[in-house]
Amino acid sequence: MSTEIAKAIVDGVLTGGVYALMAAGLTLIFGVMQIINIAQGIFVVLAAYMSYVLQTYLHIDPFVGLIFTMPLMFIIGVVIEWGFIRRLKPQNRTALSILVTFAIAIVIEGILTQFFSSDLKTLNAWYVEKSVHVMGFYLPYIYLLGFALAVVMLGALYVFLYRTRGGQSIRASVQNRAGAELIGININRVSAITFGLGAAVTAAGGMVFGATNSFNPNSGYDLISRLLVIIVLGGLGSIGGALIASIVALVIEDVTAVVWSPVWASTMFFAVLVVVLLVRPNGLFGRPEARAQ
Amino acid sequence: MVQPQVAVAPTDPLATPIMRNSRRILLVAALIVTIVFPFVFSNPAVTSVAMFTLLFVGATSAWNMFSGYSGYIALGNAVFYGSGAYCFANITTHLNLKGGVALFALIPVAGLFAALVALPVGWLALRTRRHTFVVVTIAIFFIFQLLAYNLHSLTNGSSGMQLPIPPWSAQTYNNYFYMAALLVALIAIGLSWTLRRSSFGLELLAIRDDEDRARGLGVHTNRVKLATFVLTGFVTGMCGAIYAYYLGSIYPPFAFEAIFDVTIALMAFLGGLGTVSGPVIGALILEPLQQYLTLSFTGGGLSLIMFGVLFLLVIRFLPEGIVPSLAGQLRKRMRVSAEVKGGPPPTANGPVSKKAAGIKDGAAR
Repeated sequence: MSTEIAKAIVDGVLTGGVYALMAAGLTLIFGVMQIINIAQGIFVVLAAYMSYVLQTYLHIDPFVGLIFTMPLMFIIGVVIEWGFIRRLKPQNRTALSILVTFAIAIVIEGILTQFFSSDLKTLNAWYVEKSVHVMGFYLPYIYLLGFALAVVMLGALYVFLYRTRGGQSIRASVQNRAGAELIGININRVSAITFGLGAAVTAAGGMVFGATNSFNPNSGYDLISRLLVIIVLGGLGSIGGALIASIVALVIEDVTAVVWSPVWASTMFFAVLVVVLLVRPNGLFGRPEARAQ
Repeated sequence: MVQPQVAVAPTDPLATPIMRNSRRILLVAALIVTIVFPFVFSNPAVTSVAMFTLLFVGATSAWNMFSGYSGYIALGNAVFYGSGAYCFANITTHLNLKGGVALFALIPVAGLFAALVALPVGWLALRTRRHTFVVVTIAIFFIFQLLAYNLHSLTNGSSGMQLPIPPWSAQTYNNYFYMAALLVALIAIGLSWTLRRSSFGLELLAIRDDEDRARGLGVHTNRVKLATFVLTGFVTGMCGAIYAYYLGSIYPPFAFEAIFDVTIALMAFLGGLGTVSGPVIGALILEPLQQYLTLSFTGGGLSLIMFGVLFLLVIRFLPEGIVPSLAGQLRKRMRVSAEVKGGPPPTANGPVSKKAAGIKDGAAR
């Protein structure tokens, strides 16, 4: 039993890392733009389909394919921000952003269904089936590689945010949007780049997701519900919070599946959020919401 | 003659007696039309769509009562819809009741159950603000959906529950549900209207505009929010019960449907968030459209694409919704035409419709 629990914890950490990557993009978008990007779930699915197409028709390895999918998702993100999000008027911005991003998600889902139908697909590569034997259990290579990818990407994100001027602008916008504008930061450009970044990291997350799960256009709903729970659990706008929250939530879910029953594991995932909010209404690392200016 | 220069605040050209009376006549006419509708257009396909439209009118008005007036966008109302549905199913199953008109008396009971559910859900969710609140309601929705799948003793899991089928003929079957849905919709609209005009409603609107200030001024924000939330749950639960009874069987993904919440939110936004008639108009436009799209474009993603594009167009070009935009346009036109005719700005005591402005100009001056 204890080895199973240990394995569950390891699984939770590994998948948590990948979710953390996608959640980081989502929480960053919220931090800078004060909007909740419901389309993040379908971005992941879209990225998974992109990797699938590259692999099936061009025989490009999914990891290598990231060279194409990440910039492509970045551009898609920037275009969506410029085309739809920027045009939202300030009043009712939160609610409207939810509806707009949900509409975009529906459109993307519809397009994917038209082109790919509802059949389940999955990515294949040598590392998806094979496992490495470590300390008594078998870890599929893809989990390890995916986790490594997530760590590298998060590290790159950290370097960008904390060691470059561009990243500084983004952090300034998160702290105080109006103040950032006053000191000359181009909020429009920062918003576009942030949204693009948020979409680009889903390219990596989507690839790993596609390799570890079978997916179809409908998979976006479950994904976005989990990502939303993670960013609220961690505290809206906090990347470190998203990181910790994903690992904690996924570990709890996997351990519940082993200790109690797989049936209740998903419910526990959401229940964790409810329990935490009882004690900390702003999530683990969130800041209390300021009075509307 | 020198007119004394008194500062007169321009009054609302839509609030004059003539406009008010014409509005009342329109409402009564609309009510009569709605009641007579299923007997004139008795094709079951049409009455089915009409019934769903009325259900959504009720659910959207209920949603707007809380989210529109208080500004807290709740995307978890499907929790109440499903709770009402399952409550109704459980009562009819455990008491072995037979289908018939008498069963409609259980609808308010299901509504009360949903209202009871709204108490803890609301208490928990309302501890958070704005953005967190939205996500919490979504999370609670998923919890309920998962509970529906897993609590076999209460919900029979994914096998679903059966409801008694009433012994009515296929021709008139829908009409009973139509009437029940109409009644619930009228209750919802009535509550919404009463709320808007009461001081309770003012407190809600104050919460929307600036909650901290409202608290400072003495509004018991927690109580107000929770009470309204429970009211929403009551009405939405009744809609869910009618839905379950109509379908004859209920399953977790139908009772707790993810798209439900976004649909009613869109309807309310389309019609005009925070108004009484807005949600009604939004539902009247969108529900038949959604039914039509689903029927015409099954299978492929076309219906999804079209629905999404429609969404985006609505939000882009009518961000305030139909009712406020139209009302604003009408007011502007009436003011402009009154001024063009040369008279003083319209006051609340004089006739101001476009036709009457010309007459007044000749007579009163």
